[in-house]
Amino acid sequence: MSAQMDKRRPYVRSMAGWWTRDPYYIRYMAMEATSVLVAVYAVILLVGLARLSQGEAAYNGWLDALKSPLSVGFHVLILLVFAYHTWSWFKIMPKTMPTIYLGGTKLPQPAITWTGVVVAVVLNLLVLAILMGVKP
Amino acid sequence: MAESTRTIEIEVLRYRPEQDTEPFYQTYSVPFTDDMSVLQGLQTIKDDLDGTLSFRWSCRMAICGSCGMMIDGKPKLACRTFLRHYHPKKLRIGPLEHFPIERDLVVVVEDFIKKLEGIKPYIIPKEPRTLEEGEYLQTPAQLEKFRQFSTCINCMLCYSACPQYGLDSKFTGPGILALMHRYNADSRDGGQAERMELGHSEEGVWGCTAVAYCSEVCPKGVDPANAINQNKMGSAIDYFLRFVAPRGAGK
Repeated sequence: MSAQMDKRRPYVRSMAGWWTRDPYYIRYMAMEATSVLVAVYAVILLVGLARLSQGEAAYNGWLDALKSPLSVGFHVLILLVFAYHTWSWFKIMPKTMPTIYLGGTKLPQPAITWTGVVVAVVLNLLVLAILMGVKP
Repeated sequence: MAESTRTIEIEVLRYRPEQDTEPFYQTYSVPFTDDMSVLQGLQTIKDDLDGTLSFRWSCRMAICGSCGMMIDGKPKLACRTFLRHYHPKKLRIGPLEHFPIERDLVVVVEDFIKKLEGIKPYIIPKEPRTLEEGEYLQTPAQLEKFRQFSTCINCMLCYSACPQYGLDSKFTGPGILALMHRYNADSRDGGQAERMELGHSEEGVWGCTAVAYCSEVCPKGVDPANAINQNKMGSAIDYFLRFVAPRGAGK
């Protein structure tokens, strides 16, 4: 090793609190965090399925539990979280696929994102309409 | 240059390994005109105020990729960022994040260069040709498949926008994985199998968690996040194919 190399003393900076350094990172962490609540809600639905298999009384108990003010508040929160979750993943969707060419021109990335968003909104409204129609 | 001269405060992160135990900010009052870039601001410091300041630069026109640095916390090329956009506020300049600091604004690039060599960033001909057989031809549509990814200038801004690289530098990182895709996607190239041994690994495309800030900061519109993530599908298919076809039979 030369004398010049000996003088080198590279300084490595800490990564502590890295995700607070840029609003972009905060949005990324928020996107990741929504996944946890999505998983939590999947568990709630699975519990409902398990209760359904245990008979009518058990299932109605689960339904009643969902109607408590605490649960309604939680559902509002979940709705907002799901909306952000949906948006953030559709926003990243164009990054995950090869460029699409329509008649020789590149399909712009926002077109992919918005197609996803529109499909999601339409399907949700459709499901909602079906449920409202079935409701006694 | 005859237009009105104003003064901007520039805080520069200094680190002189022979005398400093850790980096510190040093403030300079720099006279500037509307047409001056941050790089010209640094050159003014070095020429007129403090000759000990070290930073890398070369072309002054966003082609060489040498003057990448953190400008007010964002990875940018100093030559295409203008002082007038920050005045009258102070401006804070630091070396590119996620790399060790060699001195002042100069970072250690050995890891980047080693990785760049590692992905064989050159065309490995699918079918070797002699001079008499002529050139390798390519249609505009074939060119379009990789053109965007070939505009990388190795400025490493994307590495400073990649927390995954910052947290674990074993990750190959955005720019180099985009270049890997650039050569794999070239119709003249036949080196994909050799390159993807690394590409399929945790250090390759799977080290990416789709933060996608790399694509945001790229000064050349390369979109490394797209180059990396579109390979995950192929990589997953490659992984599962081994269960259906004998190793090596299905690529």
